[in-house]
Amino acid sequence: MVDIETKKHIIECLTKGVRYDGRSMTEFRPIEVRTGLIETAEGSAQVKCGNTEVIAGVKMTMEKPYPDTPNEGILMVGAELLPLSNPRYESGPPDAYAIEVARVIDRGIRESKSLDNKRLCIQAGEKVWTINVDICPINDDGNLFDVGSMAAVAAILSATFPAVENDKINYKKRTAEKIPLAKIPIAVTVSKIGGFFIVDPQESEEQSCDTRLTVTTTDDGNLCALQKGGYGTLTIPDIDKMLTLALAKATEIRKLIKDSLVPRTGESYE
Amino acid sequence: MTILVQDKEVVVPGDTLAEGMGYIPGYGSYRQATKIIASRLGLVNVEGKVLKIIPVSGKYLPKRNDIVIGKVIDILMMGWRVEINSPYQAMLSSKETPEFIEKNEDLTRYFNLDEYLVAKITNVTSQNLVDLSVRDQGLRKLKGGRIIYVNTHKVPRIIGKKGSMVTMIKQATGCRIIVGQNGLIWVDGEPAKENIAVETIMKIESESHYSGLTERIKTFLEEKTGVKLDMTGEKGDYNGLQ
Repeated sequence: MVDIETKKHIIECLTKGVRYDGRSMTEFRPIEVRTGLIETAEGSAQVKCGNTEVIAGVKMTMEKPYPDTPNEGILMVGAELLPLSNPRYESGPPDAYAIEVARVIDRGIRESKSLDNKRLCIQAGEKVWTINVDICPINDDGNLFDVGSMAAVAAILSATFPAVENDKINYKKRTAEKIPLAKIPIAVTVSKIGGFFIVDPQESEEQSCDTRLTVTTTDDGNLCALQKGGYGTLTIPDIDKMLTLALAKATEIRKLIKDSLVPRTGESYE
Repeated sequence: MTILVQDKEVVVPGDTLAEGMGYIPGYGSYRQATKIIASRLGLVNVEGKVLKIIPVSGKYLPKRNDIVIGKVIDILMMGWRVEINSPYQAMLSSKETPEFIEKNEDLTRYFNLDEYLVAKITNVTSQNLVDLSVRDQGLRKLKGGRIIYVNTHKVPRIIGKKGSMVTMIKQATGCRIIVGQNGLIWVDGEPAKENIAVETIMKIESESHYSGLTERIKTFLEEKTGVKLDMTGEKGDYNGLQ
């Protein structure tokens, strides 16, 4: 945790309209998105946002569907917070924060209804595609929710199905077929520190924020998921303000991700 | 008597620097039989007969009479335990404060948990117990302002010759700055100016091995603040305490 003195000083600076790294309150750090950097994964992306850096990978397998949804494919999102990314994290089973990061990102993609689950079905009740998304922060300087979600979405968008030969997956061959993701869900976290709303907090700001609200929106401006965190409270006007801010920011980020996608054809790399 | 390394060569622990009794081991090296061996990773510095190593990274090792910035992490019966960015913890005794503190008095009135202070290292024992004192001019609690961490071994460059670098930053930004030998720096001023000061310090830290550093930092500061700097006048003191 950041000490009380630092928190006090951060708020004092915000009162004068200055953030620790000189950004404005509603400004993201420079974002850099690269896709398709891991050869052995079906899809991958690396997102850098200032000093925060996250790598996400997509692996696809064929599995038996859940009994209640026999003709729908499965999406799984996991996050492992590596100790190398921040001294706060420890190795071992994921802690509450890691689970929250994974679930918020998972929910954002799932509830946006942008993934056409039915098209992932191979044989109803028997075999469906399972999409595993793994998120690894390489360096955590705050705002894992947003950067992680950007990486996850970019990785899914860049992924292509592996070839299927005699009912078995040949991971060495790739088809040109993409995962059916119709819209791009983007999570934007708005943090409230001492009455101020900021986006993309760096670590010291994130540690001293009272409340945060993660808003996931899709291309058409639909809200698909909300997650509130922190010990503070939010009023209805607060939430209105945060939603407007998140929507505006999501549009900017979505454009960045679209631009970063390099079309990848069914190349094989044996 | 042969020297096996050149000046400014990078060595790793265990490297033999010289053979024979003609050289003297300095900081970061030791003598084994007739050889001088490196005990740290860093650059060799040959100064006459003395071979010392300038480390490139690592935690702060407490040294007597150093001015350090620390954070209070525990309150004891007779003083405070202070974190000084070092493998060893430091103790500030209640007898080492400028005012007299009665027995059983509430020590949080002077220094509370999580507060930062500038102190001087009075003693480092063979067991690496570090004693601090705030009984000198300029040593006190740090109220407000921002603390940043830099590489301990870059601190001399941030201070500059006779404090020239830190004085320059102060002059340009109007911030109050105190540099601790342990790599903690306290900056207090107008928030926007603080950002410039912090940016400058980070720039010095990352570019300290290039030549013409002072000139470069001067242009950088003049560009950022628009203040014309005149560095001919009086220099500040060592750590910028005044």
